[in-house]
Amino acid sequence: MQPAFSVIFLTTLIGAAQGLFLALYGTELVGLGGLSEADSQRFLVNGSAVALVMSALGLVASFFHLGHPERAWRSAAMWRTSWLSREVIALPLFMLGLFIYAGSHALGRGNTQIVGAATALACIALFVCTAMIYASVRFLQEWASPLTLINYLLLGCASGLMLATLLAALSGLSTLIQPYALATTVLTLLAWITRSASLHRNARLKPKSTLQSAIGIKHPRIVQKAQGFMGGSFNTREFFHGQSPKLLLTVKWGFLLLVFPLPLLCMSLGVIAASKEMLFAAFAMQYLGLLAERWFFFAQANHPQNLYYQNIS
Amino acid sequence: MTQLALVIDLNVCVGCHACVTSCKQWNTSGTAGSLVDINPYAAEPNGTFFNRVQTFEVGEFPNTQTVHFPKSCLHCEDPPCVPVCPTGASYKRAADGIVLVDYDKCIGCKYCSWACPYGARELDEERKVMTKCTLCVDRVTDTTLPTSERKPACVLACPSNARLFGDIHDPESSVSRAIAERGGYQLMPEWGTSPSNHYLPRRKTEIRIHAEDLERVDNPLKIDGQLPEHAHRDPGREDFAT
Repeated sequence: MQPAFSVIFLTTLIGAAQGLFLALYGTELVGLGGLSEADSQRFLVNGSAVALVMSALGLVASFFHLGHPERAWRSAAMWRTSWLSREVIALPLFMLGLFIYAGSHALGRGNTQIVGAATALACIALFVCTAMIYASVRFLQEWASPLTLINYLLLGCASGLMLATLLAALSGLSTLIQPYALATTVLTLLAWITRSASLHRNARLKPKSTLQSAIGIKHPRIVQKAQGFMGGSFNTREFFHGQSPKLLLTVKWGFLLLVFPLPLLCMSLGVIAASKEMLFAAFAMQYLGLLAERWFFFAQANHPQNLYYQNIS
Repeated sequence: MTQLALVIDLNVCVGCHACVTSCKQWNTSGTAGSLVDINPYAAEPNGTFFNRVQTFEVGEFPNTQTVHFPKSCLHCEDPPCVPVCPTGASYKRAADGIVLVDYDKCIGCKYCSWACPYGARELDEERKVMTKCTLCVDRVTDTTLPTSERKPACVLACPSNARLFGDIHDPESSVSRAIAERGGYQLMPEWGTSPSNHYLPRRKTEIRIHAEDLERVDNPLKIDGQLPEHAHRDPGREDFAT
């Protein structure tokens, strides 16, 4: 598939926002770090605001994917059958929840735990919807796996927690940094395992469709001699990434380094040295790695329609 | 229930692309149009087509067959592109089973094209909506046309009659009979999409020669001095229906 940058930014931005919110809500529930009332309020309001801004940026990015963004409101219609439609409902709900959660904390209302629970529900629903958009397309065998959902969830939580660690350092809440860093490490390692598992699975996939089943002729040797046109078409643009196998390999090893070991190393050094710059570098590095990860996620998916477009003439 | 569909005879398709051009002409001028053409007369021409003819070579030289393979939307009985559409712009007509896109509702998210294993859908780069074969819904339902012309443009244009059109749910229709009698098959059956369009496979062309074709029977005077011929015991020409 041709990687779509609008969707790459959407999924990475809201993933980090969702992870950040879950970290904040967890902090409130457990009373992590033994913060004073004022510190806790300030941190939760600021953190929720950051999550809200990131979700909004993701939403803006998603509009660039549409041919007719002015009709986007229509896309909530088919929630009974379409995961995309469900995501279109879940994302604004999550953002509304974030807004009310931040507002409740800012105004010092006592209902924050209930609001947080509802927002957490919307957050999990959003994770499921976003991942199922890809996992439910059975023709893209690289995506059609529970691992897709697990990876979206774990990678989102890992980068959200990394951001939470950075925010805790920026807010000067030193008691939060270590537990956050620990949670980031655990989630990043878990995501490392599950993402590697999906890479392992995809490397061994046997395509369900063959040229034989595509044109219905049972002969071991079929060669396409013409695809019916010399110029490009939607079929040749949308479903081929057009990059060399070497670049794909580079991106794969790039994201495997940038998402997992390097940010963890950088974060550990940042925690030990109490350096905000190092923590920022760790988050930025991991986010960059996640962009590469999402790009690879798209590029690796091989659509069966490509069987019909193997030779121009 | 009616399910309109095309049955494409690969045995007689000559790969002339008349179905491609007639499709483009009809649909760019009709309710589905206009279909974009980007740089039509310049370098790297580009555009939207609902129908393509592709060519495959089967076998190894010298035992090869060139197969011309027309491909358009197959109007699946269980179309995977329809439930994924977030706006409901993509739909399957209950009355005749044609899968269509409502261009006024489509937001151009391309998700339906991902959910079609056949690559039947093309985003129109100018109108920014998803487009696809309409089975010439504006022709086949137009009662002002004579019945013989209520067929898709590609069917009318085909010079070798390789494209049949009709209701595959009616067992007596010409398309159902062609599918039943000539081994009509569906593309990519492994996905369970149950495409309505069927393809008729290549057939081996052979001539059948009977003994009586080779022997001279009209020789009553025996002018060549040959003995009268023995009676044919093998089945002769008239014993075969063909």
